[in-house]
Amino acid sequence: MATRPVALIAGTLVAGLTLGPVAAVAWRAGVLTGLEPADWAALRFTLMQALLSAALSVAFAIPVARALARRAFPGRGVLIALLGAPFILPVIVAILGLLAVFGRAGVLNRVLEAFGLPEVSIYGLHGVVLAHVFFNLPLATRLILQGWLAIPGERFRLAATLGFSSRDVFRVLERPMLASILPGAFAVIFVICLSSFAVALTLGGGPRATTLELAIYQAVRFDFDLAHAASLALVQLGLALVAGLVALRLSGAGLGAEGLDRVVPRWDAGGVGLRLLDALWLALVALFLLTPLGLVAARGALGVFSLPGPVWTAAAHSLAVALGSTALCILWAIPLATRRGELLGLAGIALSPLVLGTGLFLILRAFVNPFSLALPVTAVVNALLSLPFVLRILRPEAEALQQDFGRLGGALGLRPFAWLRWVYLPRMRRPLGFSAGLCAALSMGDLGVIALFADPDRATLPLQIYRLMGAYRMEQAAAAAVLLLALSLGLFWIFDRGGRANAGS
Amino acid sequence: MKKALTFAAGMMIASTAGAQAPVLTVYAPDYFTSEWGPGPSIEKGFEARCGCDLQYKPGDLLPRIMLEGDQTRADVVIGLNTDVTAKARESGLFGPHGQDLSPLTLPVEWTDATFLPFNYSQTAFVYDKTRVQNPPESFEALLSAPDDLKIVIQDPRSSISGLAMVLWVKAIYGDEAESVWAQLAPKILTVTKGWSESYGLFTDGEADMVLSYTTSPAYHIIAEGDDTKAAAIFPEGHYFMVELVGKIAATQQPELADQFMEYVLSAEFQRMIATGNWSLPAALPRSEWPEGFDTLPLPEKTLFFDEAEAATVQKEAVEEWRRALSR
Repeated sequence: MATRPVALIAGTLVAGLTLGPVAAVAWRAGVLTGLEPADWAALRFTLMQALLSAALSVAFAIPVARALARRAFPGRGVLIALLGAPFILPVIVAILGLLAVFGRAGVLNRVLEAFGLPEVSIYGLHGVVLAHVFFNLPLATRLILQGWLAIPGERFRLAATLGFSSRDVFRVLERPMLASILPGAFAVIFVICLSSFAVALTLGGGPRATTLELAIYQAVRFDFDLAHAASLALVQLGLALVAGLVALRLSGAGLGAEGLDRVVPRWDAGGVGLRLLDALWLALVALFLLTPLGLVAARGALGVFSLPGPVWTAAAHSLAVALGSTALCILWAIPLATRRGELLGLAGIALSPLVLGTGLFLILRAFVNPFSLALPVTAVVNALLSLPFVLRILRPEAEALQQDFGRLGGALGLRPFAWLRWVYLPRMRRPLGFSAGLCAALSMGDLGVIALFADPDRATLPLQIYRLMGAYRMEQAAAAAVLLLALSLGLFWIFDRGGRANAGS
Repeated sequence: MKKALTFAAGMMIASTAGAQAPVLTVYAPDYFTSEWGPGPSIEKGFEARCGCDLQYKPGDLLPRIMLEGDQTRADVVIGLNTDVTAKARESGLFGPHGQDLSPLTLPVEWTDATFLPFNYSQTAFVYDKTRVQNPPESFEALLSAPDDLKIVIQDPRSSISGLAMVLWVKAIYGDEAESVWAQLAPKILTVTKGWSESYGLFTDGEADMVLSYTTSPAYHIIAEGDDTKAAAIFPEGHYFMVELVGKIAATQQPELADQFMEYVLSAEFQRMIATGNWSLPAALPRSEWPEGFDTLPLPEKTLFFDEAEAATVQKEAVEEWRRALSR
């Protein structure tokens, strides 16, 4: 029951931080330009890969989330925590991990070779989609799992007493939940994939896999053609807006669940066939996600303890940035967890980081020395970029809470603070913990807008990884990536665990 | 808010200006200023002779100076490449470097009065001797090499070395460039955003050859004691890649800036380049290069389009590359 002015301020901040920079870049350029023929080709490829990536990520996430929702097994918590890992890896590290499995010299091709089978190539549209599914399937799984856990256990119990089969349970309880969760999950993944660049190019195999973001990069860094960059950035924003609107329209009203938040046994899913099916999905997804991660970890783990001092200092800077971003992001998200807020939040990830950075640089330069602001700006931008994910997690539950307790709160005349203290925080602990974990982990890994704001004395860990690679030190870079991965996962685990501490198994 | 910030900024300036040494602000690429780049030792060397404080501001060079225009905080900009010098020159922000160019030891003639070279290298395909037994001995041989020789390259639209590569092919093959790219296409495993990604793919064993520099093997020889990496040297010639330094015309520190430009061509600076930046010093005879560099195989012929020539062929060369590889 956040008050209107707070939501208005939070929303204005998001709009200002996304539209402000584009406007600054466009204003500086003076004009906007039309798209060139090569841009149209890039637009087509961008749309196609984003649609495929989002559709497959969400489709595969459904059976995985269902298995996680209805099965208790040892290591379930660890698996759920590790599922967050691909999402937070620096792009280049993730690519090298995927290539260690699917590349020419990768595990898969060695196995095929051993059986005398022909080599498979990862390079092409399928490689791009594979990588995006690797990044986003875990996110989709967690979002959908939240939906499953939000279905009150009483309903499954009722279904059992009514003698519902697994199919009936799906039709009556699970399908409506999916119908309200999936469009939003699809939209957020579609929008992240819109601005993919390094992954699309490397695994796409060449210029056929050109995305809009590459054209923006070229316009800013090589041609200094700000008009072109601003125009392309507006196209990206427009696509995200359409995706967000469609998702809102499709997702309909909330669930209207009223229950006791307890995980209960699922009488409908006890059959051997369903058990095997769930086990199979979990095994497949664990294999797909954890093998590349394991290979990344194995390659760098030994080197972690001999990493030079500057890498550790950078790790401390990154931790500080991540914690700052997390606090900011959660404060920002609570008043915005509404339909309109979620749509607005998508703008943050839809805006090209390069245009965002350039615009912020133009705006801030008028007031302060941008170099002194590297870490604060990084923290704010990371919070902005995490916002859509956090809103996606919070909104369904915040709306359900409002629906369940709003009337009661109204009747008791609860003031906003009392509502927050006695109703919101205790009931929202699990999604808030998950949100904070995700935000912290994302902020550890993100390079954000550092290119124009680099602080000579305070580098972040991802920046040090790129610097090590740029100086031929590939092995040290691999070790630093393991450190980054461990810190990100650690933060994620602590926050997520804190949120689930009293939320049952 | 603005007032408070101005006040705070004023306090900071007041507190640092006191009795301290004058500051020379140098914009440099991020890699240059990192602990593993040449920046720190250059800073130390220069501060020892100037009685000043050299401060690097790392980041993208061209976008930043263009955005700042005549408000720029830079006194000197180091690390510019020839692909952006035309735009940088047009901006009118840079003044003459004022240095005598006779000490230069570049393989090409250099007469630019604005941008001063400090190191160079040439584009080359680097391979691992243990994996490629019969490396191509010429560009022609590379074109007719079997298609299972997999190469990883950088995108000329996002990478300076990638751009040098399309100019390299253009310089050798001229109007035939597009068909040359079509011949190379089946051998190109993939294209990456920048050099680091490509080189990572190569050292991970994913690709047999990588588009890099003639000087890359020196890193492995000197820093790792590993002599299995080599650059394939082609008689058709290799494309020249140079890094430049320029002085901001309106600098508040003209004497210090001039002193720095002078330092760039000094033997002390030039001796730091080879193992500091893994490239070749712009003004140091080969006999004075460090061990490992003096024996490095280097091309006989160096190809180069100057700024004006490059401007006329660049767009077409990139487009030919894109068309040939998009089929």
